Amino acid sequence: MSPTRDRVIAVSGLVKYYPITRGIVFQKKIGDVRAVDHVDFTVAQGETLAIVGESGCGKSTTGRLLLGLEPVTAGSIEILGQDITTMSQKELRAKRRDIQMILQDPYTSLNPRMTVASIIGEPFEIHPEALAGRTKQEAVRDLMDRVGLNPEFVNRYPHQFSGGQRQRIGVARALALKPRIIVADEPVSALDVSVQAQVMNLLLDLRDDLGLSYVFISHDLAVVRQIADRIAVMYLGKIVETGPQDPVYSSPAHPYTAALISAAPIPDPELQASRERIELEGDVPSPADPPSGCRFRTRCWKAQQRCADEEPLLRDVGGGHLVACHFPLTPEEAASHVVPEVPSGHATDS
Amino acid sequence: MADHLLDVADLKVEFDTRDGVARAVNGVSFTLDEGETIAILGESGSGKSVTAQAIMGILDSPPARITGGSVRLRGREILGLPEKEYQQVRGSQIAMIFQDALSALNPVISVGDQIAEMFRVHRGMSRKAARSATIDVMKRVRIPGAEERYGSYPHQFSGGMRQRIMIAMMIALKPQVLIADEPTTALDVTVQAQIMDLLQELQAETRMGLILITHDLGVVADVAERISVMYAGRTMEQGPVAEIYHHTANPYTEGLLASIPKIDERETRLPAIKGLPPSLFAVPKGCAFHPRCPRVSDQCRSGAAPPLTEVAPDHASRCWFAEEVYGNVADA
Amino acid sequence: MSDIQLDVETSVRPDGPASRTLLGDAWYDLRRSWIFWISAALLVFVLVMVVFPGLLAPQESTSSLTGGCQLANSLAPPSSQFKLGADQQGCDVYALSIYGARPSVIVGVLAAVLTTIIGAGIGLIAGFFGGKVDSTISRIIDIFLGVPYILGAIVLLSAVDLPGIWGVVLALTLLSWPTAARLVRGKVIEAKGQDYTLAARSLGASNGRIMVRHILPNAIGPSIVVAVISLGLFIGAEATLSYLGLGIRPPDFSWGTMIADAQNAFFQAPWTLLVPAGFLTLTVLAFILLGEAVSEALDPKLRK
Repeated sequence: MSPTRDRVIAVSGLVKYYPITRGIVFQKKIGDVRAVDHVDFTVAQGETLAIVGESGCGKSTTGRLLLGLEPVTAGSIEILGQDITTMSQKELRAKRRDIQMILQDPYTSLNPRMTVASIIGEPFEIHPEALAGRTKQEAVRDLMDRVGLNPEFVNRYPHQFSGGQRQRIGVARALALKPRIIVADEPVSALDVSVQAQVMNLLLDLRDDLGLSYVFISHDLAVVRQIADRIAVMYLGKIVETGPQDPVYSSPAHPYTAALISAAPIPDPELQASRERIELEGDVPSPADPPSGCRFRTRCWKAQQRCADEEPLLRDVGGGHLVACHFPLTPEEAASHVVPEVPSGHATDS
Repeated sequence: MADHLLDVADLKVEFDTRDGVARAVNGVSFTLDEGETIAILGESGSGKSVTAQAIMGILDSPPARITGGSVRLRGREILGLPEKEYQQVRGSQIAMIFQDALSALNPVISVGDQIAEMFRVHRGMSRKAARSATIDVMKRVRIPGAEERYGSYPHQFSGGMRQRIMIAMMIALKPQVLIADEPTTALDVTVQAQIMDLLQELQAETRMGLILITHDLGVVADVAERISVMYAGRTMEQGPVAEIYHHTANPYTEGLLASIPKIDERETRLPAIKGLPPSLFAVPKGCAFHPRCPRVSDQCRSGAAPPLTEVAPDHASRCWFAEEVYGNVADA
Repeated sequence: MSDIQLDVETSVRPDGPASRTLLGDAWYDLRRSWIFWISAALLVFVLVMVVFPGLLAPQESTSSLTGGCQLANSLAPPSSQFKLGADQQGCDVYALSIYGARPSVIVGVLAAVLTTIIGAGIGLIAGFFGGKVDSTISRIIDIFLGVPYILGAIVLLSAVDLPGIWGVVLALTLLSWPTAARLVRGKVIEAKGQDYTLAARSLGASNGRIMVRHILPNAIGPSIVVAVISLGLFIGAEATLSYLGLGIRPPDFSWGTMIADAQNAFFQAPWTLLVPAGFLTLTVLAFILLGEAVSEALDPKLRK
């Protein structure tokens, strides 16, 4: 958290429950899927916050809530100082100019019946004022150029492109309205390895050139490492650890974060073999019936009675590094599971 | 020379499509010994899955056509076996697990019955014997409460458990070769590690040969003994794991290794490989990688593809500059 | 096995050999389908009968007022004067069959178009809005689907005095839209769950735009196929209703009325029945075949 920079997103007490109902004609609510359960975070201007977690942790739902695509159950989401949870549909639509989204699957996120021109041009049909005097054709060509697509392909259909090119089309569509914030939901995980780096580099360039703020949602800690300033690790609807990227990667305090880092494969046989990998037992429990107390306790090797009785709250372990655990790992404990930073040939910034 | 467990030589597969002939596999060779793990690494369209399906004899034909090469299992040619005989090979000698266990399992038959079917068909076991053999194998892949879960259906299991069920089904008949096509890609990271560990453990027990097909350089680093890198239907480089990761002799492998994000290194901008993998309908002349290669020369652009050249014992690369690339990296 | 398909598909690049649109794909498949060409040839013939019947037979031959029909020729067998024989009134059965095509086909086309529009509209609303709207509409659809088709039309036409083409069209549409609606509803729900719909919503697109630009084009395909097939069935239904005296009534005539009139004379003059029945069967068949061919071409999963 850097108080000197402007906050572009401030989320507080965010809750999203999906009711589970039974019956067709007379529907009866029998429970809730607690997709997002009391989540707080902020994102500063030009900053990238990565939300990391496994399937079902609520990271994608959080992304959709940020865009106002679904109503919240409770809590507030301030985008550039305005709470979007209380906005009317019309106000919300106008607000979409400030915050846009890049989706995971470049195969389903583009309408197969529309040409590239109409896909990238659609934002301007919805918000004609965003054209700012240009014609739609000019605007579409500029955007294609910006994301590294040959503007000659403007009349082609999505299925004529490869995955990486489709993802560029999705990026161009998200940039059209000149948003200040982009929510990227697993933007490279469906792409080929050799193309992932191209798209990641594009996202980095755009952030630096346009001063964008990103909420980068991913399950892949290695990818996140390249782009995030800060990280929030989610498990079953809650943030269990959050902080600037360096302390989180080098000395994770939550056992779950440590497990995630130690499970992420390293493409180096010796380093990989030298690590002490934490193997978690079993699967993530159902968010419809989360464990009492600490939600991670059923898979945690450090769990004790207190973890079942009392829910741990996020508390600072130093320098804006927050962890929700009764028995956080000491830096010494964490060190055996992570890999010491290897000096790389490329300069690290920040 | 003793026969390898599996010996694939110069395999070629084409697809007849409306756009012409797609050369999906265009000269793939590798060998696999007992108890060995080989990783076949490649991006989509590299032909890695088609190779696996050709070995299993499960390619749809048409449109697929095997146009050359051989696949020998303990010295016996299995390519072109009549379907009846191939069925004897499949399952009992070579088995394959798929990426998406949910669609590979039949949704309306209980998982226990699906596994038991293997014993009944291939081993002719009685219903009762098949049931107890099934429960044994379910326990071996560590499905908790195997007896009670015998009658459960695939959708009642989590992704990781479903993958275990598929593994149980495939190792049921103790195959000599197990092909795993992206076995962990659809799973969460913490579950991925469990499945890879399980595969390794089963392999150590049974001494089967394991072929891991993947796009993920990370997953195979400490699992495979040898790696075969594929690009546009060809084997680009092949060798022991440590050689491939630390002394690659191929610019494609070099680029791939440089472009993947590593959790232990914070690099903001990764050196990406420029361009796109080629269309299988228009594989570039000469070396298929030349349009994207930083070392490209006139020799690469025309004529035949470079041959697989040995740069060290058991380490070969398909590149005119294999020696040079190998040397460079070794010096660094 | 679909993996292979995917591998090959995804490797088609703009720099690859062929670039096609989705409709181009369908057309590519259609061109290679002999079913399509047979049905197309038959339909061209049907179209000529409907639009330019004068090219095939003179209109005078169908009416006694113009002297085309003379009782003297009643039930005359096929000859050089009456190529396919004459009916009880002494009219040329061939000419009658040509001119009888128009009302039959118009009923089929109108009923198919109206059914698709109404069905698609209602299905779109039900599928898109979901919840209470959907359950209400779905129950109404269930009720309609419970009504036996021809019986429903008979009851309806007997109760409402609306003779001629419009009565038949109304009855057929009223009883058929639920099938189309249910089909479209399912496809809409599928398209609504796709990421491109989510992407449009995140751009701030209105419900109307999402429905028209994103959902309908991706949901309408199968119901167009069904419309083509049911067009043939509607023509058959029109014949049934007219046969029962509930559809088109004299002095107008259609294939249905011709078949009805022929029943008394069938043993004496089988041509009076066989000729219009033959025209009817071939037309219905042509539409059904066309529907088959189009559905195969539009559905990549059925592709070989």
